[in-house]
Amino acid sequence: MDITIPILILAIPLFMFLLLGLGGVKMSPKLAGVLGTLGMGTVLVLSYYTAFTYFFSGNPLFVDGTDRLQFVAFNQTWLQFTDKLVIKLGFLLDPISAMMLIVIPTISFMVHLYSLGYMHGERGFQRYYAFLSLFSFSMLGLVVATNIFQMYIFWELVGASSFLLIGFYYTLPSAVAASKKAFIVTRFADLGFLIGILVLSYYTGTFDFKTLCSNPQAVFSSFGGATFMGASALTWALVLIFTGGMGKSAMMPLHIWLPDAMEGPTPVSALIHAATMVVAGVYLVARLFPLYLLEEASLMFVTVVGAVTAFYAAVVACTQIDIKRVLAFSTISQIAFMMVGLGVARPEIHEGLGYMASMFHLFTHAMFKALLFLGAGALIHAVHSNNYTAMGGLRKYMPVTHITFLIGCLAISGIPPFSGFFSKDEILSACYENHIFWGVWMTMVAGMTAFYMFRLYYLIFWWDDPDYEERAKENAHGHGHASLPHDAPWTMTLPLIILALISIVDGFIPFGKFVTWEGHEYTIHINWLYAGISIAVAVIAILLARHLYIRKNDNPKAMADSCRWLWEAAHRRFYWDEIYLFITRRIIFDGICKPIAWFDRHVIDGTMNGLAYVTNQASSAIKGFQSGKVQMYIWWYLIGALILGAVTAVCVL
Amino acid sequence: MEFTPVYYLIPSLVMFCCGVYGFLTRRNMIAMLISIELMLNAVDINFVVFNRYLFPGSMEGMMFTLFAIGIAAAETALAIAIIINLYRVAKNIDVHDITQMKF
Repeated sequence: MDITIPILILAIPLFMFLLLGLGGVKMSPKLAGVLGTLGMGTVLVLSYYTAFTYFFSGNPLFVDGTDRLQFVAFNQTWLQFTDKLVIKLGFLLDPISAMMLIVIPTISFMVHLYSLGYMHGERGFQRYYAFLSLFSFSMLGLVVATNIFQMYIFWELVGASSFLLIGFYYTLPSAVAASKKAFIVTRFADLGFLIGILVLSYYTGTFDFKTLCSNPQAVFSSFGGATFMGASALTWALVLIFTGGMGKSAMMPLHIWLPDAMEGPTPVSALIHAATMVVAGVYLVARLFPLYLLEEASLMFVTVVGAVTAFYAAVVACTQIDIKRVLAFSTISQIAFMMVGLGVARPEIHEGLGYMASMFHLFTHAMFKALLFLGAGALIHAVHSNNYTAMGGLRKYMPVTHITFLIGCLAISGIPPFSGFFSKDEILSACYENHIFWGVWMTMVAGMTAFYMFRLYYLIFWWDDPDYEERAKENAHGHGHASLPHDAPWTMTLPLIILALISIVDGFIPFGKFVTWEGHEYTIHINWLYAGISIAVAVIAILLARHLYIRKNDNPKAMADSCRWLWEAAHRRFYWDEIYLFITRRIIFDGICKPIAWFDRHVIDGTMNGLAYVTNQASSAIKGFQSGKVQMYIWWYLIGALILGAVTAVCVL
Repeated sequence: MEFTPVYYLIPSLVMFCCGVYGFLTRRNMIAMLISIELMLNAVDINFVVFNRYLFPGSMEGMMFTLFAIGIAAAETALAIAIIINLYRVAKNIDVHDITQMKF
């Protein structure tokens, strides 16, 4: 395979970013949008071609018998500091990066297309498309990274483009605050990531993924049993690298930025904060999985963080009012599912089933969660509100959105034959095989997922039927256009339909043939015991949601009132933001920074100001010497010279 | 009669003291300049004398004197130029009246 296509895959979005970013002002919004979409379409075709070549061509570069190989298309030295410390930029093709080459351009293209309708008439339309291209470039660069440092560079770039897009409506204070929050929290996590990279490469002497992962035992021995605070240095390195993943993938306790990130435009939420960027943490762990396998403790850490986050996010999602927040917490919960899938994967259990399941879930989740977000965008577009309280009974007005949203809900709840069933079932099987506790725990979370998704579905599309005609008339006074909620234009519904179709069929992909942790083929067999349990739980949860929310009634409110404190706590996300504010503001700002600032202002500045003051005063006291009378100076000089001469004479003679 | 260095040094000392006295007391800038020249010439005499009596074989003192004369000429030209310019501006070259350059 020559290197033109891999280079083009990265170069086209970058070029589009520069073109739209620099020349966008001179273009009409429509031209900019179409150009961005066409650029992404080209990338879509090229990436599909690359991924399909990798999976199906049977070229000995890519596959050895039945084992898939890691193939480096190119690996260019970018910065060379010393012999060992070399930073390269390259393009790595292996099962997971090829899979991401399908996921990212697909979602990105759908979002580009959808935004043509959704963002129509917004100020800064060209800028929006420029940022979307920048994001696509960074995300593609991240997944094809050949070494951990390249990954880190693009990791920061996706963070930056996420920051720019969350703060797209920069006139809204809430959007500005949300973008800053996302940037700061993920940057804080990236500090851990960087330290982890440095520790890992300090001992192993390489950044290269292929070198690291092809011979994990060598990595293990290069650490030579170094320990730090009771854990081995390797565990520390892996946990610290995982910290970066926790920040990007919104795992507890660094999840607080993701719900606020919903301040950005909805298509951005679909692309960045649901389908692609937030799974970067999962991707990172998957990329370094052979190393994680060396230290069970680090995998245990991944599992525990994932399991706690999944449960927490599912509880909170049950009580949110803003539909995008529900989806945000659902995203957190589903990503935590993938983390758990990786955490429980062991080579001795079904040849690392959890790894495959996690990647499978990443794939299917990207599709159906993008679908749900784009559907939510269509709803918000129609109703002009983010809250489900402003919706209800919309199934009559927006049939396309209704059906596609329902498909998304069924997929995420794990109802066969929709895609979520297959991937989630694999994760649950892996959990049960690892330990029954994780299995039961994650099944419970899966049930809650079904419940809150269908709660949302029924509240939006059934429940009460607000008088939209009445409201449309009211709006007519305010906004000058009176219309009932209706389906969006084709640029918005077409992506919904395509993604819905994908969500129906992509569960049937024999994923084990393509993506496994060592490249061996693996045949998925559904374990009907576990599958039966998860289907039963999901169906019960859906029926419960249907019973509670299909028609307007007081039961949900009564239930919430009966356990007010719990509902309130969950609604306020268990006060995590308040805890963070307490820690940062009360302890760090008031307790540490203010005394330091006081010390700086009064002691250090005081010393300097004191010196300056003394000099100043002394100068003005003796400035009379400079009288302008030249002969006075000479007198003083003469006296000085004589005294000096006298002193010298006394001392020498 | 034997000429010792003292015969040369005493006139040179007198010249130097006259220069210092004139420099401190005269108010006319031209006179001050002349006083400076007087001091310089006293120093030149000393150079020559010490060279002649202490290091008869070498020429450094003589050369240095020539050098100092050259410098003195340049310095005088510069000082005269300054004084003339000052006179054009202030119509006055009395050093007691020119006291603008102060704090």
